[in-house]
Amino acid sequence: MGTTLHVTYGENLDSKAELTKMATNQEALLSVDSLVKHFDVVERGIFGRKTIGEIHAVDNVSFTISRGETLGLVGESGCGKTTTGKVILFLEKPTSGTVIFEQANICQVFSSDKEGARKLRSRMQMVFQNPYSSLDPRMTVYDIITEVFAIHKNIPKSQWQQRVSELLRMVNLEDYHAERYPHEFSGGQRQRIAIARALAVNPKFIILDEPVSSLDVSIRAQILNLLIALQKRENLSYLYISHDLSSVRQISHRVAVMYLGEIVELAHTDILFDKPLHPYTQALIAAVPVPDVEHKTIRMILPGEVPSPINPPNACRFHPRCPHATDICRQTAPTLKDDLIKDHFVACHHADKFL
Amino acid sequence: MIGKLLEVSNLRTYFYTEAGVVKAVDGISIDVGKSETVGLVGESGSGKSVTAQSILRIVPPPGRIVEGSIKFQGADILQKSEGEMRMLRGSKISVIFQDPSSSLNPVYTVEKQLTDIITLHQHVNKREAIQKAESLLTRVGISESKKRLRAYPHELSGGMKQRVAIARALSCEPSLLLADEPTTSLDVTIQAQVLELLKELQAEYEMSMVMITHDMGIVADLTRRVTVAYAGKVMEVADTRNVFTDPKHPYTEALLKAVPSIRRTRALEVIPGNIPNLIEPPSGCVFHPRCKYAKEICSREVPALEEVNGGHYVACHLWRELRLEGRAN
Repeated sequence: MGTTLHVTYGENLDSKAELTKMATNQEALLSVDSLVKHFDVVERGIFGRKTIGEIHAVDNVSFTISRGETLGLVGESGCGKTTTGKVILFLEKPTSGTVIFEQANICQVFSSDKEGARKLRSRMQMVFQNPYSSLDPRMTVYDIITEVFAIHKNIPKSQWQQRVSELLRMVNLEDYHAERYPHEFSGGQRQRIAIARALAVNPKFIILDEPVSSLDVSIRAQILNLLIALQKRENLSYLYISHDLSSVRQISHRVAVMYLGEIVELAHTDILFDKPLHPYTQALIAAVPVPDVEHKTIRMILPGEVPSPINPPNACRFHPRCPHATDICRQTAPTLKDDLIKDHFVACHHADKFL
Repeated sequence: MIGKLLEVSNLRTYFYTEAGVVKAVDGISIDVGKSETVGLVGESGSGKSVTAQSILRIVPPPGRIVEGSIKFQGADILQKSEGEMRMLRGSKISVIFQDPSSSLNPVYTVEKQLTDIITLHQHVNKREAIQKAESLLTRVGISESKKRLRAYPHELSGGMKQRVAIARALSCEPSLLLADEPTTSLDVTIQAQVLELLKELQAEYEMSMVMITHDMGIVADLTRRVTVAYAGKVMEVADTRNVFTDPKHPYTEALLKAVPSIRRTRALEVIPGNIPNLIEPPSGCVFHPRCKYAKEICSREVPALEEVNGGHYVACHLWRELRLEGRAN
């Protein structure tokens, strides 16, 4: 079922050329193949526990990320984007499917090889949405960052001080910030600390889970620009998880759109935003209020809400809300394929109508 | 001005904390005409929510309104007794908050929360109140409204809860609706539904609305006039169109350029620094430490709100000499 999507870049990068660098190496750093994650829904009765259903959090998700590339993963709450990130880092065990990172099979390494698992952890890191809860309030910034060194033993103790100030400067903080506690910082500064902590082990790949969503608008640009600059400098790969389409457009080379646990569309960023082929992507883009007074298009309002992932709709999961749904959408599930335009993957029976 | 429904002038609401006096609202003025939607834009700490709380006189302690006047339908709200305020809140002036899970009472059913307000402000019996509640739910787009009346807030999704909050706010057909970040906690497609609903209801009930938001997209979509606030002060007031095409305040310009666009990628201009501490706000113009055009005078003197031309006001020493750029999308 799951095809591995390896997408090469088109030349259509002029507007982004200044901001982002093309991946210098087309080799896939991370490849996710047919990833599935179901959670049991358990009812606790007086005679014990009973499984009464399954949440289809992630269903048959496949993609690759190259070195130096950012893949945006967008979708609404409950679509499985954060779970996808957690499964990649083995913070959640996948139900099935494989994740290959630098030729290593994540599941095998994490379940059998403890030393290998720690090595892998130092190559892949995560930055969370809320820097108010992701930093321990009782630790100074120095402690927060050096805890990483203590666990990974990647740096001799004599160099800790120097490395901490290097890391702080990388995220545009000052040396003296090391002795402070998280509550002394603003939201934007805290997120910088969280980024510095992620960088402390020299990772190649960072999962950014809504890193700017909790920040003020004037601070978001600072963090987005910092992430883009760090990526260039360290040739990092990002999986940028967000529901905010504007920031996804800003930072991603390619974008995958998720709906109810499945990827419904995946394409180069500009192509996806300028010519979306899936009705859900179209609706998502149209739903964003545009900060421009001249812009008076009529919004495409999707009826209803995202259905429950416990019993997702049959066939195409989007059909109950889709304005273009026909009989085939209610009967057969569309597969994600790029037969209309090369490297533009879409899972819709009627995608050809939107060309 | 005649015909204004709400006139807030020179409002100052301070919080007397142990660490010092937080000047959350420090001289904000805002006018709202009949059936008009006015935007109040700002980031956290701009004083936008405290302004809404002041209008309803629900500023939590240790906060206090220390100066200014708030005129609603010609009468000063600050002179009213608590009993008179009670009759105003929820009937003539309503509010929708950002987070519907905390603004709805978790231990009461939807029916109870709606009918309480209806029976308090209107002369109807219980059965009529329930009927009214049901038709309100239908009006805000909740299907099976009879069944939903018996639901508790936790049984509803976020978008649904916000619809209930809207239904409650509209239950007495208010003349003024304060919407404080009403869609910030919602998903994009649900946000689109709720914004569209607010637009329709605003026209249908001919009510005035103050849309409090940090999202310039919502401002462009819903409002006719905007007040841009920063650190408790008004930076710029203008017709929405002018704010986007001809901003006069460097903060407005910076705000427009710091937001990524969904329609194209371009370099984001960063506003350096952080949002100021309101206990010791910067001297002179509060924005000067982060302003790329700042001159010596900006740190020395507080700029007055000056009129640029009909209805366009700006508080900047340099507005005459600056050539600022609007949003070129």
